[in-house]
Amino acid sequence: MQIKTVEANGNNSALQVRALRKAYGDQTVLRGIDLKIAKGEIVTVLGRSGSGKSVLLKLIIGLQKPDEGTIELFGTEVTQLPLNELNQVRKKLGFLFQQAALYDSLSVEENVAFPLRRHTRLSDAEISERVQQMLARVDMGKDLKKMPSEVSGGMKKRVGLARALILDPEIILLDEPTAGLDPITTKEIDELVLSMQKEREITAIVVTHDLSSVARLADRIVILKEGNVIVEGKPDEVKRSEDPFVREFLELS
Amino acid sequence: MTNDERLGKPNILLDFLEWFGELAQFCLRLVKAIVTPPFELRELLRQMHEIGTKSLPLVAIAGSAIGVVLSMHARDSMVRFGAKSLIPTLIIIAVIKEGGPIITSLVISGRVGAGIGAELGSMKVTEQVDAIEASAVDPFKLLVVTRVLACVLMLPLLTIVADFCGILAGWLANALIEPMSLQFFIVNGFQTVTFSDLFSATIGTLVFGLLIGIIGCFEGLRTQGGTAGVGRASTSAVVIASLFVILADVVIVRITILLFSH
Repeated sequence: MQIKTVEANGNNSALQVRALRKAYGDQTVLRGIDLKIAKGEIVTVLGRSGSGKSVLLKLIIGLQKPDEGTIELFGTEVTQLPLNELNQVRKKLGFLFQQAALYDSLSVEENVAFPLRRHTRLSDAEISERVQQMLARVDMGKDLKKMPSEVSGGMKKRVGLARALILDPEIILLDEPTAGLDPITTKEIDELVLSMQKEREITAIVVTHDLSSVARLADRIVILKEGNVIVEGKPDEVKRSEDPFVREFLELS
Repeated sequence: MTNDERLGKPNILLDFLEWFGELAQFCLRLVKAIVTPPFELRELLRQMHEIGTKSLPLVAIAGSAIGVVLSMHARDSMVRFGAKSLIPTLIIIAVIKEGGPIITSLVISGRVGAGIGAELGSMKVTEQVDAIEASAVDPFKLLVVTRVLACVLMLPLLTIVADFCGILAGWLANALIEPMSLQFFIVNGFQTVTFSDLFSATIGTLVFGLLIGIIGCFEGLRTQGGTAGVGRASTSAVVIASLFVILADVVIVRITILLFSH
């Protein structure tokens, strides 16, 4: 199996998005997004609801196809890849959905074990050990046997995060990982993402509305408005932005 | 969104054609997914248990009921024509050729078709299907191929159970009115049953299983609009699958008569 490598992509780039455009019927959600993210970088994506943040994540992992533009992951252009090759790339990604999207017929433990069972040859004992370790890191070590319907929304998010991290991905895409969580759990989740970055040089794209998380996590901030990137830069640079929308957004958040 | 939705007027014909077009694409994708690895054998076995084993009591009861009803009708009709000796034959042929297969298919369409539609519909609207795909697993192979194959494989077996229970219940209902040994009932009844009777009925149930599986999965994965959408998917799955089973029965009976009539 040969995967086309784009030479133009820099060595240090984990993800590069060029002129990405997506519309649903008459409604254009993304209007030509350009974005480059280096290995080990944490980028937070901000914007009003409906500005295309979640769509951007779904395009990156290939759940939806862009109308125009390219997405390069680890130097591989992925938008035109056949499914089996795309799945090879997806194994290097972790995705946390906005509503966690846990498999409701599987227990918490089985949810987190799912990627390991599908993509590794680990024994049941090894899988169980790794799952318990990961769930302990998100403070869910005591709820292994519970079903998703028996845990709270915040707990589902933490299980979803554990599932996203269990294969040691190189890039994690987190869609509002701390929405609905209390401040202490929010801080713990942020610290977990930071520790993964330090330990494994993980790259993260975090869609969030939580400015305290942004302050803790972001190496760089991207703000979307009506499908366009209106501001992109380091946190200090974005805070100094004179753009009226950015000023209002940051003041009200 | 269809053209007429944009224009603000419903077009039933266009929606109907669009539905069939999507169904045809779904079937082509299914054929391709069935013959290409990886094969989800563990999930297939789980679905065979869910669809087959767990349907056994329902199918046994339905089969028995149809056997009793056919016995009562057969006795009533045959006595009028002075042909009581044909009662076992009539019951057994009616159960094997039509009663068992169709009642099993309709019961499974209700239990399994609705279940598949609701389950996949719920998974669709809660992004669980997307989560499977994001985990680098083909949800079509994991969810659709396994369920369709399980329906195809289990329906003939469930039909045999329904036939067995129907014949036994038919004999019992008959024997309660006029004592008759089971051995006599079976030997007498099966005298005119040919291999083609069993063969055509079995082929028919394979087709019915295929239809139930495809429609259940197709309607489930088309679900839109939250909880209400899941309800609609479940209802559509049962109604359309049942209708397709009955229509397919007409075609299959006609074909088997053409092929096997003496």
